[in-house]
Amino acid sequence: MTKGQAISLQKNDGGSLTAVRMGLGWQAAPRRGLFGSRTREIDLDASAVLFADKQPVDVVFFRHLVSDDGSVRHTGDNLVGGVGQGGDDEAILVDLSRVPVHIDQIVFTVNSFTGQTFQEVQNAFCRLVDETNGQELARYTLAGGGAYTAQIMAKVHRSGTGWTMTALGNPANGRTFQDLMPAILPVL
Amino acid sequence: MTAELVRGQNHPLSQSRLEIRVSAGAPVVAAAALGDENGRIHGVEWVAHPGAPTRPGLEVSRQAAADHRLAVDLDAMTEAVHRVSVLLALPAPGSGPGPARFGAVAAPFVAVTGLDGSEIAGYTITGLETESAVVALELYRRQGAWKVRAVGQGYAGGLADLLTDQGLPEAVQLAGAVDEAVTRGLARSVQAPPSRPADGDRSRQPAAPAVGPEQGGTAPQGAPGSVPPSYGGQPAGGPGQAGPQSAYGGTGAADPSATAGGPIDYSHPGRRNSAPPPPPTAPPAPPGQPARPVAGDATGWSMEERLYNQVWGMFEDLARTAAAYRSAVDFAESRMDKELEQALSDPRSRIGGQSDAVREAARARHAQLVGQAREVLDRDLAQLAAEADVVEPALPPAFARWDNPAWHAYRVPMEIPMALRLGDLRLPEADRIRIPMLLRLPLERGLWIDSGRADPVDGSFTDSHDMRRLAMETAVAHAARLLAVYPAGEFTVHVIDPAGSGEQPLAPLTRTGVPAAPPARGAAGVAEVLGRLTQRVDLVQMALRGGAPDALPPGFDTSQQLLIVNDFPHGFDDRAVNQLRYLADEGPSVGVHLMMVADREESAGYGPLLDPLWRSLLRLTPVPDDHLADPWVGHAWTYEPPLVPPGSQILHQVLTQVAAARRSWSR
Repeated sequence: MTKGQAISLQKNDGGSLTAVRMGLGWQAAPRRGLFGSRTREIDLDASAVLFADKQPVDVVFFRHLVSDDGSVRHTGDNLVGGVGQGGDDEAILVDLSRVPVHIDQIVFTVNSFTGQTFQEVQNAFCRLVDETNGQELARYTLAGGGAYTAQIMAKVHRSGTGWTMTALGNPANGRTFQDLMPAILPVL
Repeated sequence: MTAELVRGQNHPLSQSRLEIRVSAGAPVVAAAALGDENGRIHGVEWVAHPGAPTRPGLEVSRQAAADHRLAVDLDAMTEAVHRVSVLLALPAPGSGPGPARFGAVAAPFVAVTGLDGSEIAGYTITGLETESAVVALELYRRQGAWKVRAVGQGYAGGLADLLTDQGLPEAVQLAGAVDEAVTRGLARSVQAPPSRPADGDRSRQPAAPAVGPEQGGTAPQGAPGSVPPSYGGQPAGGPGQAGPQSAYGGTGAADPSATAGGPIDYSHPGRRNSAPPPPPTAPPAPPGQPARPVAGDATGWSMEERLYNQVWGMFEDLARTAAAYRSAVDFAESRMDKELEQALSDPRSRIGGQSDAVREAARARHAQLVGQAREVLDRDLAQLAAEADVVEPALPPAFARWDNPAWHAYRVPMEIPMALRLGDLRLPEADRIRIPMLLRLPLERGLWIDSGRADPVDGSFTDSHDMRRLAMETAVAHAARLLAVYPAGEFTVHVIDPAGSGEQPLAPLTRTGVPAAPPARGAAGVAEVLGRLTQRVDLVQMALRGGAPDALPPGFDTSQQLLIVNDFPHGFDDRAVNQLRYLADEGPSVGVHLMMVADREESAGYGPLLDPLWRSLLRLTPVPDDHLADPWVGHAWTYEPPLVPPGSQILHQVLTQVAAARRSWSR
């Protein structure tokens, strides 16, 4: 997928996609110089904001790991990143069939909690995966991505009886999703 | 496996990169201070606080919050640092509305976790009163290794006093700087999205941790646990956590959507019978329909554990399904209100039938969304009801209602069950579904059967005399359950009934001779029983602290003890009240529990002195009452006590067996 491209989450066989995952992975920065204890830790956080009619009604992030209705789940905060094997260090799972009927859009964001810009982060990526078959729907490389501390990744929104995903990839700045609200509202 | 620390207790730390999680009932300031081998803070640069949130190896939050996560890297500490103290303080009164003393908020809970979220040790800071700052924990170096100790030392003079006490010369200035930073932080903080409680309401309840050792690795969620407003007078962190408390045992494993893969089987294929039986799984469902539910369809090492996890899974599913429904309905209503208001304020639509059409459309949109939400809710409720129908009959006695045939087949068990059913929970949306309220055993806190005024949810009126009798009957039913599910001789009940008013409801217990002695009467009886139990707590504590649990006198009764107190504070003098408070504080960790059958109003004369006592007990009611909250979204659940069906002899039959087993055991 490319920026702005939208794909319907209807499957070819007519069934609709039931579960998506947003995965986020990055590599801890290497130690600098002689002093091993002075690592520069990087904490990226994935969040999902649930909207009904452009009003935020619930948020799933590291302090609220499961949406109240249970349809959106965060796998837990990772404060330091992986060692770069390419796996997801944080993930948010969305069970689309259980999302409450009034929620019509879900926006996924990534923030640098420790404040490094994506230029300073190594091997950082985020991706959207069809959880039912593991197929990757979209992938962004964040590393070297510019002097930004956040990115509004993508949104999934209701269309007809199913869901559509739109890749966004808009850069922004902020420590948590709350700082991003002004940047999210225009994409709804 | 998590260690649940009591004040003064320590625990080794095998990792050096740690996180300290703090949950309090109100926004608190979290800080961390470094100390030398004498515990002295050398200067302001040795303290990480909201004004200076990062120090080498330390990171704290910039603002006051009900939940905190502090990062600590012990490897980053210089040689001079021998101690890292975790400090909590209430924000200064000037920085906004909020309590000025810890006694007015729920007991804060602190946990040391690994970076993966696995809890290493937890500590609930109880017993705070006028203090506004407290040293919660300290991590300290002992012979080259780091340990954590539960401290709980409070300071009424706030951070300034606390820092002065730790030898910091600029203590007052630093405390001022912290206040300033916190005030700035509060001004800066972004409002949480609407229609969700503020972070303060989402804190984990103080006693929530460490209940399910099997699932100790479950990452603590910054879980909700708000006590609903309907729950009068009791600070957050009271009874609301009953369910919540055990929930942590189940959340990780209980997700029914997880495949019930079962544990790895290491046994020899020829010795099949020693392996745990494979969990039952739902038969494949016809396409387009949900799978037919099966009892025990959850993870666990035994059928008991699977059923326990399944019940908790149903509890969470019902809570979340209801949350989805309620939020959709709320949204539909607020949208309709907004649209109607707009129609009213738009001059164009005031003319003729146009406004009617707009209003009609708004109502139709509302009805459509509510209808959709209801459809989804009905689908989920049907599934849960079908599951409850198969799970309920499969429950073992400890999890079952009194009317379950499992109780007729009752035999005195050889092992302690993992949990006990304390009653049923239901939601107004799902009147038919009763979720068993399972509390982990051994008990971690006492019980309070509230004989005070009640606002029963069904609107029925119960006068105070009937209420007392009902409360005592409920207490007896709970006590009988506890006695019945413990192996013979491992659970002992004492009764204090100063005025003898509980004689009739106590009859099922006294008639079978199960309690250790006849109910104690009068002031002398009260003093005698309390004296004996106090001495017991002292003795066991001394043996444990001395590291010599074997040093107890020969013939010492090591069973769990339950003290039923009727009509409190009747027959209690000041000394007895103090002994009772001591038992409430110190008893649970050494297996001595209280079951108070009381109307809190009657002891109101003692003032706030008894607040911690009531707070430490799990409040249960003798009539249905909606005072319990779930740990996920904090709905108000209607609690129903486990009463024996009228005319049933089951209590007598069970207690007769218990008494017989007891007699043959003690011979």
